[in-house]
Amino acid sequence: MKRLLLALVATAVLAACSSTPTKEQDGAAVEDRNAAAAKQQKPPAEASGPTTAPLEPKTVSGNPLKDPSNILSKRSVYFELDSNVVKDEFKPLVSAHARYLQQNRSQKVTIQGNADERGSREYNLALGQRRADAVKQAMQLLGAQSEQIETVSFGEEKPRATGHDEKSWAENRRADIVYPND
Amino acid sequence: MIRLLAVWMAALLCAGSAAASLTIEIVGAGANQVPVAIVPFRAEEGLSQRITPVVAADLARSGLFRTIDPGGINPVPHEPEQLNFAQWRARGAEAVVIGSVSKAPDGRYDIRFRVMDAVTQKQVAGFVYFATENQLRLTAHKIADVIYEKLTGDTGVFATRIAYVVKRGPRYELHVADADGYGAQSVLSSNEPIISPAWSPDGTRLAYVSFEQKKPIVYVQSLTTGGRQAVAAFRGSNSAPAWSRDGRRLAVTLTRDGGSQLFLINADGSGSPVRLTQSSAIDTEANFSPDGESILFTSDRGGGPQIYRIAVSGGPVQRVTFEGDYNVSPRHSPDGKSFTFIQRNRGRFNVAVQDFATRQVQVLSDGGIDESPSFAPNSKLILYATVVGGRGILAAVSSDGRIRQRFTADIGDAREPAWSPVVNK
Repeated sequence: MKRLLLALVATAVLAACSSTPTKEQDGAAVEDRNAAAAKQQKPPAEASGPTTAPLEPKTVSGNPLKDPSNILSKRSVYFELDSNVVKDEFKPLVSAHARYLQQNRSQKVTIQGNADERGSREYNLALGQRRADAVKQAMQLLGAQSEQIETVSFGEEKPRATGHDEKSWAENRRADIVYPND
Repeated sequence: MIRLLAVWMAALLCAGSAAASLTIEIVGAGANQVPVAIVPFRAEEGLSQRITPVVAADLARSGLFRTIDPGGINPVPHEPEQLNFAQWRARGAEAVVIGSVSKAPDGRYDIRFRVMDAVTQKQVAGFVYFATENQLRLTAHKIADVIYEKLTGDTGVFATRIAYVVKRGPRYELHVADADGYGAQSVLSSNEPIISPAWSPDGTRLAYVSFEQKKPIVYVQSLTTGGRQAVAAFRGSNSAPAWSRDGRRLAVTLTRDGGSQLFLINADGSGSPVRLTQSSAIDTEANFSPDGESILFTSDRGGGPQIYRIAVSGGPVQRVTFEGDYNVSPRHSPDGKSFTFIQRNRGRFNVAVQDFATRQVQVLSDGGIDESPSFAPNSKLILYATVVGGRGILAAVSSDGRIRQRFTADIGDAREPAWSPVVNK
């Protein structure tokens, strides 16, 4: 019976470890399962020895927003010229942040829109705003609430790339999802 | 190397209040240049600020005058009866300006001058000004304004000011300088961008957009007290302030309802915004007409950005620009006859003017990256921002395209210029 239990637990652990955590809940779940498995593995005879306790998910998984292997640490959506369409390649990113907000209802974010330097500063401010709004709308469709997201624009005023060529302009046609402690 | 260091250190010392100056060069000339001789005023050599050099520089810089050398005539004439008109005509002068400075009983300077027609030998204008020490330069500008008006028929703008933004590395400053670039003062210094300065109609306040709170917010700042107030800090972005004629309201672009739309707010920040445009497009860059009844603005409701007009009371919107696929940044001429704007043509952005009556468009600049046009209060000059040699500078072009000026800040990139109204002090 114990061997079957061990096998089941080992399978569960292996299964859990093989999937890449894409949100904090999954990560937490993995940790919970490990902790639970560890608890179950302990023979009753050792109950009087060192005790264990389940680990708080946060302290072990860290902040997924800052974890480089977590898509949530990615914050930038890039746009084509004169466009505010969220391209397919950014949908996983947008959807990950949307789900994070859905699961953390008190979490707020700011989406900062940017535009490349060509043309009127005020019109570019509005173009940047439109890009931020497009990302917000996409996130709302995926479960985030409007009150959680403020959209602002920097227009062409805070470029990440300061060259005057297509490569720099492309880098600056961008919306960034910004969390309060970033 | 040491010289560079000295200049740099001097710049640091200047960074606080009296920030620096703009140097202005002029290219081109008017169709007719009036030859005028400005004769040094009696007793002006003793002044901390001489009058006639400023007058002569103003007139020369306008491109509409050719200054005739007044030297070598003895005795120097200060009164009409001392003028030998034949001598002056022989030098090519059509007008001669003479004057004198003395001390008034109240301690101020008594500065009087006359503009004499060298052909008719009659006085065209004559005034007396009373000035304190620190009003000498302004007085010279006012004298230049009188000469300009009498000899061209147009209002002079030499006694006006300009506001603009200077970026030096990570630092942004909002400067106010005399129209000749002298005496720039920094009225706001920040680590975050400043854009869209706009003068109140009475010339005492500036509205502008600052990103110091990590998003664009509209402030109104008093130039007399230095005090300021955030008048539009709503959820989302707040920008593009434009003053109503009575100085009581601002049209602004707010994104609080989702999307960039025009709203009217009180210039003191009181009350609630009233929405003016109702579109799902971008509506921005409002600018009130001189009669205060309508607003020109940029909108891309038709696909690409064009210029439209709406009554201040709201209602239907009329499209006003029809050439090309990108027309933005409208600014009415103070005389109400035209508006200046930026037109993109084959990827190049230039200053243009459109006449309201004829709808004719004239492209006035060729920098290719020109932006932010602003009319002088006499509707004769348009100040704008451009880039030359990788450096942001201000430039001006006459409304007929003939005269060009370049304003270079001694340090940093200049952008976002706004010409002050004429204010009688």
